[in-house]
Amino acid sequence: MEKEYQFKEIMSKPERLAPGHRMCAGCGGTVTVRAVLRALHEEDKAVIGNATGCLEVSTFMYPYTAYEDSYIHNAFENAGATLSGVETAYRVLKKKGKITDNYKFITFGGDGGTYDIGLQSLSGAMERGHDMVYVCYDNGAYMNTGTQRSSATPQFADTTTTPAGKVSAGKIQIRKDLAAIMAEHHIPYVAQTTFNANFRDIHEKAEKAIYTPGAAFLNVLSPCPRGWGYDASDLMKICKLATDTCYWPMFEVVEGKWKLTYEPRKKKPIEEFLRPQKRFAHLFKPGNEELIEQFQKEVDRRWEELCNKCN
Amino acid sequence: MAIRERLSGNEAVAYAIKQINPDVMPAFPITPSTEIPQYVATYIANGEIDTEFIHVESEHSAMSATLGASAAGARALTATSSCGLALMWEELYVAASDRLPIVLALVNRALTGPININADHSDSMGARDAGWIQIYAESNQEVYDNFLQAFPIAEHKDVHLPVMICQDGFITSHGVENILLVEDDKAKEFVGEYEPEHFLLNSKEPMAVGPYAVSNYYMETKKAQREAMQNAKKVILEMAEKFEKMTGRKYGFFEEYRMEDAEYAIVIIGSAAGTCKAAVDKIRETTGKKVGLVKIRVFRPFPEEELAAVLKNMKAVAVMDRSEMFSATSGPLGAEVRAAMYQAKADTEVVCYFYGLGGRDITVEDFEQVYDNLEEMAKTHEVKGMYDYIGLREK
Repeated sequence: MEKEYQFKEIMSKPERLAPGHRMCAGCGGTVTVRAVLRALHEEDKAVIGNATGCLEVSTFMYPYTAYEDSYIHNAFENAGATLSGVETAYRVLKKKGKITDNYKFITFGGDGGTYDIGLQSLSGAMERGHDMVYVCYDNGAYMNTGTQRSSATPQFADTTTTPAGKVSAGKIQIRKDLAAIMAEHHIPYVAQTTFNANFRDIHEKAEKAIYTPGAAFLNVLSPCPRGWGYDASDLMKICKLATDTCYWPMFEVVEGKWKLTYEPRKKKPIEEFLRPQKRFAHLFKPGNEELIEQFQKEVDRRWEELCNKCN
Repeated sequence: MAIRERLSGNEAVAYAIKQINPDVMPAFPITPSTEIPQYVATYIANGEIDTEFIHVESEHSAMSATLGASAAGARALTATSSCGLALMWEELYVAASDRLPIVLALVNRALTGPININADHSDSMGARDAGWIQIYAESNQEVYDNFLQAFPIAEHKDVHLPVMICQDGFITSHGVENILLVEDDKAKEFVGEYEPEHFLLNSKEPMAVGPYAVSNYYMETKKAQREAMQNAKKVILEMAEKFEKMTGRKYGFFEEYRMEDAEYAIVIIGSAAGTCKAAVDKIRETTGKKVGLVKIRVFRPFPEEELAAVLKNMKAVAVMDRSEMFSATSGPLGAEVRAAMYQAKADTEVVCYFYGLGGRDITVEDFEQVYDNLEEMAKTHEVKGMYDYIGLREK
């Protein structure tokens, strides 16, 4: 971006998601929303969209809204289509001179609303190239309904529909790579990020996503203390481990060009990410070493694949 | 002077859309409504209208995007049929509870199972409880006229409800008829400019749409929708009166055909009313029997009292449904009419029949048989063949 990232300045911008909402302590979702909305230039107005999920039921409980901007929730599977209607209305009304202000369009969905039930609606909105940003706050399961597996749930995670048991080691399948799917839509901007250190990565990506004309997609790892089983105060630590083990690589795809935005100095073993989370506790029982090895192999394979794309 | 044309029902709706020049139209093709978005896309391609078309990837997204556009402050509409409407189901309820003045051009077609592309009312009748105003047409002229009245009804401050303008697939949607079109300037003046009061893109006042409403609030939203639906009765008649002043064509909740002195009546919706009228004329001419027809135009809100007032003095009434609801007692129209008659303490035999499912033809002779049955029922005070299918294959 043109201007050097200034942590203090950025963090002291007025919040566009007001306090008083009902999200859990230690939830990554709200941190994602606040970080993304901070990238909006103060003079710009916005319409915020939202798929049904924790975020929606906790931030817009009638008669209170936590959003300083206009906001629309429609249903679970159609955040992409809904915001594309809003964005199109804006273009028409602006052309007709009925609106003079500048508006930006950002919609949030969890991985359930994005990877799964809302994938078609998202794909349609991206393919049509609406000038909007779809932000997936990926917490790796259907958390709003009580931690059921999604296609974003990592392999072996203990969820309420893939419980670890006497003859089960949690989720059988590996996770879907949504950022790659979105990149294959050949939209101008796709990025994967999370919050680490000074929030620079997510801030800059959100700003690029919002201010790049056309469709943009952000995939943000947004841990869930209840679903993952970590201490609420460890949110930042978990995100750091996700990036340092290369479980959650941070990269961007600008006009089809893949670029890593973070490379750990020394890639940490995946156990360090898995160990603090209750959803992986069963992997650390004697005899399950092989499962961790398998997990590590998958992380390595994907990291290598990504590095190849970025070279 | 009105413009004389020959148009199919789909062309007539598309022409009305052109005259209205709405802001946003998301749509997904489905037979037999596909032509409507095709015509609109052509108007756009030739620079004849300012409408933005959204090429959505499904009907669910069509209604979702229409809803988003409408909430944003745009005049928005879509078109669909059958399974397309079924895929929108969830969104129909959201649109109504969000109180968005969306218009849907519905070309009635049977719901799949087995797949069938022809006319019946199972699509819109299934959506009858979604909170939408539903207005049906017998002819191309009527669907055009209804369409011009749709936005003024939907956007009225006492209503704020979505409106479904229904016509029978292929029968009117593809059948070409003579039609009188309203001049452009008059049509535009009648529909008026859309000036939303509350909308997402109002820079003076941010707005939040689609809340999570717990049990403390949910019931009141339903009450508000119900009041709006009650208000719609008044507004529908006001718009019909205004429309009559402009065109001379009269509309109400329903049309009474030769009902002045009628003793036997059929109640029906849609294009089959035309065939039924032919039967009424033939019977009156050849036998002098006092038969008549009530054709429902407005099914939601349901004109219960008004309808019962017309039917309660009949000797017998047949209510004919073009959609099943598998209650094993009647179809949706049958259930409503019988309830209305009960409420009016009418002592009239009422029989419910089904006809025309999946596009099955119904003939003048079929209707003659129905009137014969009514006469028999009035004599014997015995309702025979309740919920029979008319025109069923013998073998």
